[in-house]
Amino acid sequence: MFAFLVKRILAGSMIIILVSMMVYTLFFYGPQHPGLELCRRDNHGRCGPTSPKLYDYEEKLGYHNAIYTEYGKWAKGLVAERTITIGATEYKCPAPCLGLSYRDRTLVTEQFKDKFPVTLSLAVGASFLYLAIGVSVGVLAARRRGTVADKMLVSSTLVFSSIPYYLVALISMLVLTISTSVFPKVEYISPFDNPLQWVSGLLLVWLVLGLFGSTSYTRYSRGSMVEALSEDYVRTAKAKGLPARTVVIKHALRSALVPVVTIFGIDVAFLLSGTVFTEKIFQLEGIGKWGVEATVIKDLPVVQATSLMLAVCVVVGNILVDIVYSFLDPRVRLA
Amino acid sequence: MSAPENTGNVESGAPFLVVDDLTVKFPTADGLVQAVTGLSYQVELGKTLGIVGESGSGKSVSSMAVLGLHDARSAQIQGSIRVGGTEVVGLSESKMRSLRGNQVAMIFQDALAALHPFYKVGKQLGEAYLVHHPQATKREARQRAIEMLDRVGIPQPDRRVDQFPHQYSGGMRQRAMIAMGLINDPSLLIADEPTTALDVTVQAQILDLLQDLQSEFNSAIVIITHDLGVVAEMADDVLVMYGGRAVEYGPCRDILVHPEMPYTWGLLSSVPDVTADTSARMIPIPGNPPSLLEPPTGCAFHPRCVHRDKVPGDLCTTTLPELLPGVRGANHVKRCHLADPDTIYATEVLPEIAPDLAEELR
Repeated sequence: MFAFLVKRILAGSMIIILVSMMVYTLFFYGPQHPGLELCRRDNHGRCGPTSPKLYDYEEKLGYHNAIYTEYGKWAKGLVAERTITIGATEYKCPAPCLGLSYRDRTLVTEQFKDKFPVTLSLAVGASFLYLAIGVSVGVLAARRRGTVADKMLVSSTLVFSSIPYYLVALISMLVLTISTSVFPKVEYISPFDNPLQWVSGLLLVWLVLGLFGSTSYTRYSRGSMVEALSEDYVRTAKAKGLPARTVVIKHALRSALVPVVTIFGIDVAFLLSGTVFTEKIFQLEGIGKWGVEATVIKDLPVVQATSLMLAVCVVVGNILVDIVYSFLDPRVRLA
Repeated sequence: MSAPENTGNVESGAPFLVVDDLTVKFPTADGLVQAVTGLSYQVELGKTLGIVGESGSGKSVSSMAVLGLHDARSAQIQGSIRVGGTEVVGLSESKMRSLRGNQVAMIFQDALAALHPFYKVGKQLGEAYLVHHPQATKREARQRAIEMLDRVGIPQPDRRVDQFPHQYSGGMRQRAMIAMGLINDPSLLIADEPTTALDVTVQAQILDLLQDLQSEFNSAIVIITHDLGVVAEMADDVLVMYGGRAVEYGPCRDILVHPEMPYTWGLLSSVPDVTADTSARMIPIPGNPPSLLEPPTGCAFHPRCVHRDKVPGDLCTTTLPELLPGVRGANHVKRCHLADPDTIYATEVLPEIAPDLAEELR
């Protein structure tokens, strides 16, 4: 187990480093005039693509140096303080430094600290509902396989998940919080300040995101549960005289969960790296909204940070899935 | 060790398991499958019944009905099954559950698939014990599991109890399966092809083990198999099934020595025998098992029967023969129109498959 962890963490770190290089390269060479936005803001819009001022901005930001020197500086900033010069001003960026936002020149790390709890809260609630609703409905459908109830459950999940998600989110926000006040106003309040308001402020978002995502879990878990229920060992469990509940939960569901866990790990990783539509529609200041808005205005340090965040989440999610696997299935030996 | 209630209210000598006119049907998308039709048999404590037949002949379906393992929503079960005097057809699920694994236990084939891959062997055994002994502690259940593993001949049971099924060898898994079946001292043990996936030496050990345990616990055993060698070794009575019906039923020795139904002849002819005379032939039964959706008219075996010309008229294709006693007394019944099966067997079948035996009898 320990050796496995060390190996996976090393491999994961390699992947993250590679991804960070790729992301850095992409945004180093990709955009034309990365400093244009900064230069315009400082000079009341009087800064054209050929202006010598712009050249100066980009020079100071390091865009004229070799990419490996700049990547080196950026990477070093993760562990040591560095200084970033924008126009005439120098900014201190303490470690872990992900740069300064080109929009308001605040530290990306500080912004991240503000925005991550919002996304984390969304992800926790939604992923809980993915499993709670998705798996239990899937198990119900599998146990009633072939009946009218099963067909209705499966087709209703299909219908529901065929509606575009942004439409579902938008309509539920309009109808449930603005036209009527069935749900309280959607807002993020830290659970450490007021746990009750944390729940009430995010309840609608969790329900919308969770219900929508749970439809695919219903289908996955129904499928793997139908398979598990027809296994010989489930018949053995029945033949031992175990109550139906024990047979279904301890014997069938435990094996049915293995494939579901794989998908769940990846899904949580994506939730953590930002739910763009959700955050945009409900006006929640999370990672997804932050990243998209940064992309629109070429706020490169933020785009880099959010892209990297996705990579880290997927890598960590996969390692966690492997660990959970080994707990579910003893035949999987982590070595 | 054996709980007194396990023998139920049956005095010794009276049959413990009585199956009477059992019919099992499954509605499917293609129509009603009649898996078992009008099946009757009985087993006494301490005795072994061998049920023989090809795949799809209804052997497993009829035995699973004894434990009520069919899906109540899809299977239609008629007739009567009495276990220790209790009627189990239509018995409530909770009463059925207290019977399962307790008075009646089942051993399945392919123990690798039949044991849960995620739980330790000891836990699976202990679970079977605890569910019928709710007052027992986990420690007692574990102790009982070790005891049973030891009893079925698993070496180092106190260490093996904490291993997973995939860490066992094939023979050991089947032993563990048997240990699980016997953990509550059942009065009736149904073994569904218990040796199918095992090699011959292990097979012999498992059969010996079952016999030892039977003489120790005096339980009734129903052994389902397609291997007549297993039947010859184990069974007191034999029931031959074909197309969901009993086609021959009687004492083991009688059936193996004087079979009266061409299907049983076919089964005997297709048994390989390594010590046989070199002139002996192994003759397969032509054709395939019948469809249970559209069973053949008359005798279900007639499309594959090489002796049907010996029956006058088209009796075989039009009329289902009754299960009636043959020439050897009321115990030995068969479902066949042939007037003189003994002569045909002695003159036509036996010389082909066992010339030396035919010589002896002459």
